[in-house]
Amino acid sequence: MVTRQVFHDELEKLHQRLLEMGALVEEAVHTSVRSLAEQDTAAAQAVIDGDDVLDGMELEIEEGCIHLIALQQPMAKDLRLIAAILKIITDLERIADNATNIAEITIRIADQKLIKPLEDIPRMADMSAQMVHDALDALVKQDEAFAREVADRDDAVDAIYSALFDELVEIMQADQDPVRIAQCSNLLFAARFLERIADHATNIAERVVYLASGKREKLG
Amino acid sequence: MQINDPIVGARDVNLWYGRNHALRDISLNIKEKAVTAIIGPSGCGKSTFLKTINRMTDLVEGVRLEGLIEFRERPIRQYDIVELRRRVGMVFQKPNPFPKSIYENIVFGLRIQGIKNRGQLQEVAERSLRQAALWDEVKDRLQDSAMSLSGGQQQRLCIARALAVNPEVILMDEPCSALDPVATAKIEDLIAELKRDYTIVIVTHNMQQAARVSDSTAFFLMGELIEYDSTIKVFENPEDQRTEDYITGRFG
Repeated sequence: MVTRQVFHDELEKLHQRLLEMGALVEEAVHTSVRSLAEQDTAAAQAVIDGDDVLDGMELEIEEGCIHLIALQQPMAKDLRLIAAILKIITDLERIADNATNIAEITIRIADQKLIKPLEDIPRMADMSAQMVHDALDALVKQDEAFAREVADRDDAVDAIYSALFDELVEIMQADQDPVRIAQCSNLLFAARFLERIADHATNIAERVVYLASGKREKLG
Repeated sequence: MQINDPIVGARDVNLWYGRNHALRDISLNIKEKAVTAIIGPSGCGKSTFLKTINRMTDLVEGVRLEGLIEFRERPIRQYDIVELRRRVGMVFQKPNPFPKSIYENIVFGLRIQGIKNRGQLQEVAERSLRQAALWDEVKDRLQDSAMSLSGGQQQRLCIARALAVNPEVILMDEPCSALDPVATAKIEDLIAELKRDYTIVIVTHNMQQAARVSDSTAFFLMGELIEYDSTIKVFENPEDQRTEDYITGRFG
């Protein structure tokens, strides 16, 4: 016989809301980087405007978690899921902030010709966004092994970031052109934001490991 | 769960009430000067197990007990029953003070032991009432009837009475189930105090209470010990699916 139906319904609603937030965050990352590559300021503005919605969702989900802790005394896997959700929404909100930062760069350099077609940054964006997607997928499936595999991909993103850093610094040193230096600096920041997104995805994967196994450990 | 030098140790304990097999192969060690909680649904055997520890089940007709229970590494069957129950005291679900004065309730056990020295009796009465966090509330009316106390005060009086004979283990069978939240909180604070000097085993229906007061938790189901571990482990990440289902309320 299943008891505490009301509680488990509420918890499932929070879980669903978290996944909705995750989907919106993922979309914000893709849109922000596409806006940068295509110099599409309207798309960038949409990402910036959408950030308030995500901030609101974070507060709403946090409130739901606190209510369940206060009123229902969750235990065991329920407790771990609520603890995981509380941490994951912070990572999602930070990822959304990073997407917003990238969109702001799009607007800042919109009237400049790009020094070269962007390749590494969109590639980093695809990898980071996929990590976010898969970390949330691992959450749904409560799949510890998959979460660990997602976290392992962080190294590849770091490697691209490191190579891109060297490349952009080299361009700045060679050109000594103030406009190009400014653009390279902005692109360097964009790459840094994407590298951070992969770190946040790794954090989400850590929470999935905790949820599934009860073990708290650092991954990536 | 590995417990070295347990104060109470049960090995393969089986108990039948007539044909009803109420405890099944229970092996469980109790750690000294710690709080052990026993949880489980009604009829799981948790109270029965508690009562076997100081042989309260001897009083029940048609009971058959097999296996070994040791207190301080000596089988409880070998103890004189009066000595065993002095050293392993019990507090019940409903406060059960004697219809005597507050003072007489506390010194009752000592009088039975033949202690007549007034100074000694008074000293023990004050110490026990202080330990039970009741002294300040009753010190000016020790000769009043114990029945004039509130339910929560009566339960602390019963704890003081158990403490007066200087026990080593205190068994508590649902000690707060008849009390309001404030009285319950006082008993819980008291349990935290008492574990510095005493070993406490508490049976409770209230899982949140078990989580709040105990160091280790045993989960019983249909006469079996399903899981026994540190309280934090049991409530954060239990090993057994049946424990998980019970504490998350997935079966009632």
